[in-house]
Amino acid sequence: AAALSAVESKYKVDEKPTPVKDVTTYNNFYEFGLDKGDPVALSGDFKPLPWTIKVDGMVNKPGTFDLDALMKEFPIESRTYRMRCVEAWSMVIPWDGFPLASLLSKVEPLGSAKYVAFETVVRPEEMPGQKGIFQSLEWPYVEGLRLDEANHPLTLLAVGLYGETLPNQNGAPIRLVVPWKYGFKGIKSIVRITLTDKEPKNTWQITNPQEYGFYANVNPAVDHPRWSQATERRIGESGFFGASRRPTLPFNGYADEVASLYAGMDLKANF
Amino acid sequence: MTALSFSLPKRWHSASVWLLYVVGLLPAAWTFYLGASDQLGADPVKTFELFLGLWALRFLILTLAISPARDLLGWNYLRYRRALGLLCFYYVVMHFAVYMVLDQALDVSAVIDDVMKRPFIMFGMAGLVLLVPLAVTSNNLSIRKLGSKWNWLHKLIYIIAACGAVHFALSTKLLDLEQYIYVGLIILMILYRSYRPIARSRKRGRNGQGGRTRPAEAAG
Repeated sequence: AAALSAVESKYKVDEKPTPVKDVTTYNNFYEFGLDKGDPVALSGDFKPLPWTIKVDGMVNKPGTFDLDALMKEFPIESRTYRMRCVEAWSMVIPWDGFPLASLLSKVEPLGSAKYVAFETVVRPEEMPGQKGIFQSLEWPYVEGLRLDEANHPLTLLAVGLYGETLPNQNGAPIRLVVPWKYGFKGIKSIVRITLTDKEPKNTWQITNPQEYGFYANVNPAVDHPRWSQATERRIGESGFFGASRRPTLPFNGYADEVASLYAGMDLKANF
Repeated sequence: MTALSFSLPKRWHSASVWLLYVVGLLPAAWTFYLGASDQLGADPVKTFELFLGLWALRFLILTLAISPARDLLGWNYLRYRRALGLLCFYYVVMHFAVYMVLDQALDVSAVIDDVMKRPFIMFGMAGLVLLVPLAVTSNNLSIRKLGSKWNWLHKLIYIIAACGAVHFALSTKLLDLEQYIYVGLIILMILYRSYRPIARSRKRGRNGQGGRTRPAEAAG
């Protein structure tokens, strides 16, 4: 990973960041395998550079953008976010990136665009989890946001963490970070972004619609069918003994910033 | 193939059973050491919890494999069945203890909530509870006292196995290859057990042996 020059940002949670070793060795990235240790062990062949992202759909100025150019065009900010996985563990991660809104304003979404769909790269030769008879998920991995969620200032396209470009296992070279949603919304190694007027499906919703919805907002009051979401284990904090669980916060602690996006919505039905 | 059963001189049989207990508990002890010395990765409690559950399933499958191994391959390892079954029980107890103490930090209300609301935890708890009477009666005295009731009681292991398989299958976001293998093996064992009486009565019919049970049957 190469060093990044990033400017400080006001978005910094006042909690101890998770050690970089844990952030880079404990990953869900099924393109490289199902175990948390697979992404770091099996992503060595993945070549994140050069990289382009295609932005299309309901926009005035569709295009294919070179990542290097985007990183020069938009100031890279250093932001520390909480990250809450749907599996009830959490981290605090110093990301480097730029707001998704910057890229979206560049392509000028049409008035009819209501949603943003995302797609991960498909490279079976470089991603062992996409190869073989036994495929865990349908590829490409896809995700989606409502346009107002996508344009929210907290929604980040991360290109680095801890001041360096993203390691392969964390979604190199560019990934989504939506800190008030469960981690699986943070689609990795993005190659395509499409503006649309229909609610896009996401991979986990396709795989198991009873358990994973479109919104996936962190919500301690709505349990996963197979486990409680009321508390979480903070990775790297407590080790083996006295692993204290901490309460999970509504919208992962970002309620002041984002709760208004969902005013009047039944969050139990829209999970 | 029966040669395998006799490769160990009889005077070492009892020692080999004790050795099995020691060797069987080593994975738990070693992994506990790794966790306590911070060498178990980013999420050591979950890793240890899963590890103990997997070993419980392994010992469960080995326990269930003793009969088919004897019937089909002529390998007589009946003398290890009690140890294997008890090792399965010990691993289930440790698995539960880690969930209760290290994972849920003794938050009894959270655990009760889990058990009541979540089928996946319910199946696991059912397996644990059903294992208790089997573990308690895994001794020669109980076998003598209970007689034929003992055999009946210990058939619960097949229900326990089903609980374990369901618990494991429901525990993750996806069924992966590892789960297909474990669950598949357990289903095979259960199917074999259901088929066995039929096979035996056919055999009895052919040999005209009547309803004799093998004396070894009661020794497990």
